[in-house]
Amino acid sequence: MLSLSVNEISGLIIGIIVFLGSVLSLISAIGLVRLPDIYTRSHAATKSATLSVLCILFGLFLFFTVIKDYVSARILLGIVFVFITAPVGGHLISRAAYHSGVSLWESSIHDELNGKKDKQHTSS
Amino acid sequence: MKSNDVILQTTTKVVLFIILAFSVFIFFNGHHEPGGGFIGGLMTASAIVLLMLAYDLEMVKRILPFDFKVVTAAGLLVAIGTGLGSFLFGVPFLSQTFDYFTFPVLGELELATALLFDIGVYLVVVGVTLTIIQTIGEDQ
Repeated sequence: MLSLSVNEISGLIIGIIVFLGSVLSLISAIGLVRLPDIYTRSHAATKSATLSVLCILFGLFLFFTVIKDYVSARILLGIVFVFITAPVGGHLISRAAYHSGVSLWESSIHDELNGKKDKQHTSS
Repeated sequence: MKSNDVILQTTTKVVLFIILAFSVFIFFNGHHEPGGGFIGGLMTASAIVLLMLAYDLEMVKRILPFDFKVVTAAGLLVAIGTGLGSFLFGVPFLSQTFDYFTFPVLGELELATALLFDIGVYLVVVGVTLTIIQTIGEDQ
């Protein structure tokens, strides 16, 4: 019967979390290459890349806390910071692309902002 | 067309305090771990640049009514002053010393005179960076 210590079990779990983060990062990179226009690409780049960074940082935090006995508040702060700022970055990039007239993918059928943009142009 | 920046501005209000707190942390951490006056000053300056991006230059000038060239000069004066202060004790220019003090809440801390020099570096970095950004950013 295989007997594992606490450190080995937690090391296994941490390894799984970090591996999950790196796989999500790879999926995000593949999405960045494969998707057709800037909006779907920013969807892939912000969502899965954010989650991958959060997974890797959380694995790092667990590693230092459980195995090295060093609680690092900086990593928690980094997790909060990335979680707040990465979606806002994606939002700003997509919005800047839309307002500078980047066209949607030709199979897109719905553009809710289009009417509002015209209305704002006529009112101002 | 009036742009609607409510997401960026609301996020800036939260994130600004994280960046400023982290810059102070890095500034005081510089004696024994990576960090110090230069990187702390750059991080403070980047927090203020974020404020300039989310709002505008006039708003930041109203919040922080400093002339940043004066901040640079004050930082240089602090740095030179710590160097000259070593003459009072009859030791060569820019000699550093440290000692341990016990504070009521914080416990025993190591205070080094290198921290005073670092305050000078911090002020110079903040002042120079923001002078450059404000000079480039404002319209003629």
